[in-house]
Amino acid sequence: MTRFPALALVMAAAVAIAAPFFLKPFGIFLISTWAVLTIAAIGLNLTLGYAGQISLAQGAFVGMGAYTVALLTPLGVPFFGAFFAAGLLCFAIGWVLGYPALRVQHHYLAFVTLAFTTLVFLVLRNEEWLTNGIYGITGTPRPTLFGLKASSARDFYFLCLGVLALLSLAIWWMLRSPWGRAFVALRENPIRALSLGLDTRRYTLMAFAIGSSLGGLSGALYAPLVQFIEPNSFALGLSLNLLLMVIVGGSGNFFGPFVGALVAVLLPEWLRLTQGYYLIVYAAAIMVMMAFCPSGLLGLAERAGRALAGPRAVKKTSMPTEGAGP
Amino acid sequence: MASFIQLLVSGLATGAIYALIAVGFTLLWQTSQTINFAQGEFVMLPAFFVLAAMNAGAPFWLAALIGVALSIVILGILFKFIIVDPMFKYGVLPLVISTIALSLFLKEGVKDFYSSQAQSFPALVPASDIHVFGAVVSTQSLAVLAVAIVTVIVLHLLLTKTRTGRQMQATAQNPLLARILGIPVQRMVLYTFLLNAVLVAIASILVSPIYLAKFTNGETLGMAAFIAAIIGGFNQVRGAVLGGVILGVLDNLSAAYISSQYRGAFPLIILIAVILFRPQGLLGRIEERTV
Repeated sequence: MTRFPALALVMAAAVAIAAPFFLKPFGIFLISTWAVLTIAAIGLNLTLGYAGQISLAQGAFVGMGAYTVALLTPLGVPFFGAFFAAGLLCFAIGWVLGYPALRVQHHYLAFVTLAFTTLVFLVLRNEEWLTNGIYGITGTPRPTLFGLKASSARDFYFLCLGVLALLSLAIWWMLRSPWGRAFVALRENPIRALSLGLDTRRYTLMAFAIGSSLGGLSGALYAPLVQFIEPNSFALGLSLNLLLMVIVGGSGNFFGPFVGALVAVLLPEWLRLTQGYYLIVYAAAIMVMMAFCPSGLLGLAERAGRALAGPRAVKKTSMPTEGAGP
Repeated sequence: MASFIQLLVSGLATGAIYALIAVGFTLLWQTSQTINFAQGEFVMLPAFFVLAAMNAGAPFWLAALIGVALSIVILGILFKFIIVDPMFKYGVLPLVISTIALSLFLKEGVKDFYSSQAQSFPALVPASDIHVFGAVVSTQSLAVLAVAIVTVIVLHLLLTKTRTGRQMQATAQNPLLARILGIPVQRMVLYTFLLNAVLVAIASILVSPIYLAKFTNGETLGMAAFIAAIIGGFNQVRGAVLGGVILGVLDNLSAAYISSQYRGAFPLIILIAVILFRPQGLLGRIEERTV
């Protein structure tokens, strides 16, 4: 874990709290999207960045969380009941999805999770009796908390921000506990971790389950945020996008997902002045970054910080997600 | 029965195309541990080279040659030197991300600079049907099958009967030992990139008359190639061929006889089953785990 300057952290928090008072409704929508997607990216960072298990299924878990809330709240289930149901459901399914990870690694795991994402998409699209198919579900109500109704865009943003803050604190605490150390051991050298008596089986499943449940919780906020969900939003594109967020921010870096999600949400908006070409520019930027700094933007910032601090002992940053062979 | 034969032949033709793409994919993996997530887009692109050449006035055969040549330069040489080589030292994952970005880049590039509409693409042979035992088989399917089979045979001869081919195999099996034996490993790696570029260009010319040339073609084709490679075995050329054929036939038969809504699901279920119960693939060798 990197030492993120405390001052920068306080400033970032201040900006996050002050921002909605200066933004137009669309701007508030964008930063709410940022907060919601950051939760999913934190989950993926746990699975991929810390435990070293590549997953292309995070978007599917966001989808399952979103559908859980969209289907339960009309039945009269209070929002936070549905919210935790989404987390639990994704925890259970994520646990099951972890089983392939016990057998295969790397690109094989990437393809299993990719197949899983496509299967979830097919179910969401085809089972119209449950999910209303391609027509999607509209009008998921925004929640009420302690009698305060988070119906305005700004209040809902603060709700998302609050959930994000609570969840990241919980994950921060977990990563500093022996569990977090075990995850890193799993990533660095699974065989040695096993020979040191670590129950790698349980920790691999756990990494998947917790990462996935964060995806589900993120989806539970996504449904009331956009108020229209349909299967295409949760196809492979979202999973790839979440993966890019983690990598762009800095995989295995606690604050990586925050930065990565910010880039992924804002950059397309800023690049809109290039009209249709923004995806080309975005793709090219990622390729350039991967070639020069695979440890992500925060890795780059760290390197710059060290270069400024002086030429002494610049340790080479290596990509932290290389495990053992397949 | 008649419809079964029809489905089987068209399935074999699709499967043969999948096989070509999957073979290129496994070649790259074997020699350079490159997992090319843009492989599908590599198949989508050469068709547009051919179309561009034809728009410039070239006849189809010349345009096809130009397409293959451009494919060799851009998808073979440039891909290796600009994308793969700088990433090689970082390991597998950054390159995966980079090729995902590349696939987006190629897709958007074609959409913005050529067209977002599906383009018709000239077929190899004039379309007509042959009647066999009451089944109607299109000459196009047969032509696709013939070209694919010839390509695979030529590739097989190249890899097993020539000196260069055996050097490439040695590079794939053990690069260090190959280098000690005096094999120019770097050049062999480059050759596999060139072979992959030729294979995707051929696949592109075969598939585009059927699916039309469209910038989104790569999504399904790339996925099919991955699945074929895994089903057959990542480290075997003949495994990838087998995987491609199984996938093509299965895709057509399951859509007709089980459920067309879940057509896309069957290959994935087989993929998951193979990965869980026989992760080395049907014909693959088990790779050793290293500490």
